[in-house]
Amino acid sequence: MALLSVEDLKVYFPIKGGIFARTLDYVRAVDSVSFDIEPGQTVGLIGESGSGKSTTGRAIVGLSKITAGKISFDGEDITKYVGKNRSSYRRGVQMIFQDAYSSLDPKRRVLDLVAEPLRNFEKLTKAEERRRVDELLEIVGLGPENAIKYPHEFSGGQRQRIGIARAVALKPRLIIADEPVSALDLSVQAQVLNYLKHIQQEFKLAYLFISHDLGVVKYMCDHLLIMHRGRFVERGGRADIYENPTHIYTKQLIAAIPDPDPEKKDDSMARRARINQEYETLKTMHYDPNGRVYDLRAVSDTHSVALPE
Amino acid sequence: MISISGAILEIKNLVTSFKIRGEYYAAVDGVSLSIHPNEVFAIVGESGCGKSALALSILQLHKGSATKVEGVIEYKGRNLLAMRDDELNGVRGKEIGMIFQDPLTALNPLMKIGAQIEESLSVHTDMNAAQKSERAHELLTSVGMERPNLVYSQYPHELSGGMRQRAMIAIALVCRPSLVIADEPTTALDVTIQAQILDLLRQLQRESQSSVILITHDLSVVAEMAHRVAVMYAGQIVEIAEVGELFHNPKHPYTRSLLASNPSLESTGEGLLHVIKGMVPSLDRMPRQGCRFAPRMPWISPEAHESSPVYHTVAPGHEVLCGCYEHFRFE
Ligand SMILES: Nc1ncnc2c1ncn2[C@@H]1O[C@H](COP(=O)(O)OP(=O)(O)O)[C@@H](O)[C@H]1O
Ligand SMILES: Nc1ncnc2c1ncn2[C@@H]1O[C@H](COP(=O)(O)OP(=O)(O)O)[C@@H](O)[C@H]1O
Ligand code: SF4
Ligand SMILES: [Mg+2]
Ligand SMILES: [Mg+2]
Repeated sequence: MALLSVEDLKVYFPIKGGIFARTLDYVRAVDSVSFDIEPGQTVGLIGESGSGKSTTGRAIVGLSKITAGKISFDGEDITKYVGKNRSSYRRGVQMIFQDAYSSLDPKRRVLDLVAEPLRNFEKLTKAEERRRVDELLEIVGLGPENAIKYPHEFSGGQRQRIGIARAVALKPRLIIADEPVSALDLSVQAQVLNYLKHIQQEFKLAYLFISHDLGVVKYMCDHLLIMHRGRFVERGGRADIYENPTHIYTKQLIAAIPDPDPEKKDDSMARRARINQEYETLKTMHYDPNGRVYDLRAVSDTHSVALPE
Repeated sequence: MISISGAILEIKNLVTSFKIRGEYYAAVDGVSLSIHPNEVFAIVGESGCGKSALALSILQLHKGSATKVEGVIEYKGRNLLAMRDDELNGVRGKEIGMIFQDPLTALNPLMKIGAQIEESLSVHTDMNAAQKSERAHELLTSVGMERPNLVYSQYPHELSGGMRQRAMIAIALVCRPSLVIADEPTTALDVTIQAQILDLLRQLQRESQSSVILITHDLSVVAEMAHRVAVMYAGQIVEIAEVGELFHNPKHPYTRSLLASNPSLESTGEGLLHVIKGMVPSLDRMPRQGCRFAPRMPWISPEAHESSPVYHTVAPGHEVLCGCYEHFRFE
């Protein structure tokens, strides 16, 4: 059974206007997407900004109101729960944000920040709590002396690791990681990615890894979802997407990855020019007359593409 | 360092310092390099290494007065650092164009794009109104705007991020500069837009045979764009080479560490990425003597480093700072 199952998820935001602030139309931020995440799996959610990635992640943890659809965790429909009843689910699913700084209260010490989820869900003595916090800090490579410091005393990478310590405090089974390393320098990014892989093994964690960086996603994920205009244009394994991209949008995305081999620079420029041309001629075929992405259809056991019947 | 005559820009022993709590600290600490005509020269390094401080020094665009720029920056044989402001204004924008990461800092929010281009033309040329308008449309077309006529009469906030970046490139190219300095021009953009902007920059560079200094933290961008590359760490150039040489035969421990920590190069998903211990030191804590990268590779014995590191020539055009590169291994 899938750990997380998302069925026909829709999140629409009203566009209000006119003197009575009536709803004129909707932003279809997420427009009917379905996917599963298996225990211990890392699923990558990729797409350009505005494609609906964060809204999908936020809907799963209950930060965005769902317009329609069903989300099940461990086989249980959690969309029907509101407020407190979600708490056992909330223990099992945590979120890491891109900007650790704005998601950490600057006036609170690391000890309190990391202990907060424990205080919400577990009754621990002060000594037990301190021991758990020290353990968590150690897991993300920060010594216990850091517990009494404030967020501003840390570098970007360290703050991101504090965010991770907080997210894993309750031993969740799924973490929604929304662009967790996008704001970090390469060496710091490497550190955070390594920790994410390390704690995955330690806790048998599954990730929904949201990113626009196709290099990072390729490194982190076994399974990929390509999002465009609130829908999935393609899904598949790493090889399906990187070696055999099929939807014209995915092709364009993959071709845009700068080639780390300097000898290939002219090839990749030529390939991009060719694919951009292909995009112009084929785009009417790859989108319906309203510009909407078609439903996914399987082209192999592991690979689906949004193409017309 | 290498100094080939015929360079369009020659930087000699540049030291750029900022005043912090009453004292000056060098963010660029003795950089020498030359830019040749018709080349894309990349400067790569993590944030805080001094790349922007270097870029801003060339045209002395540092904001605030607590900045000291020393050394020599010769542009076509004339020292920019010795120029009067009015002379420098003749170079800025006309001979040397500048592209920044955030177009909104460079564009005037209250002026339509077309008018901004024309204003720049008024400063540097004596074109009449019709000529200026024609040149503005031509530029907007050449930077790949789908609807140049529309963009001409739009304000910056009405454009998407990619289009704003194109508009800024158009303004940087107004006077057909022979040198363009681009500081992280695509860092804030989506990968597809980044690819378009980089392809555009490359195409424009080839057509105009101008030189480009491309500043980035992204090694893949370097690989795609550059002819030569300098790796910067803690205010110094630690390695400089032709791009193929740098990727296939990297020598300095910092260069090798950067390459090893890049997930795009570790594509199998197996194995862990290399982590560079510690962080880029802040200016007031920066080691000013010896090998500045030494604290971040504590497993390399202190004897491996030079007390006053000098450049070693590894191959023609390939230089490395400090002899420790011969003893470096990953932990
Ligand atoms: N709270 C909100 N109210 C209105 N529109 C929103 C809201 N959040 C997101 N959107 C819109 O939904 C779309 C998807 O946004 P988002 O999920 O943040 O995309 P991504 O994370 O892929 O960049 C965008 O058009 C965005 O402007
Ligand atoms: N105006 C300034 N005043 C004081 N310190 C500065 C100023 N500008 C940059 N710095 C410092 O100089 C160093 C180099 O900065 P910068 O050139 O912006 O790095 P990069 O562009 O490589 O990220 C950093 O330590 C930065 O904090
Ligand atoms: S280079 Fe262009 S802007 Fe400069 S003077 Fe000549 S025509 Fe005018
Ligand atoms: Mg987002
Ligand atoms: Mg910079």
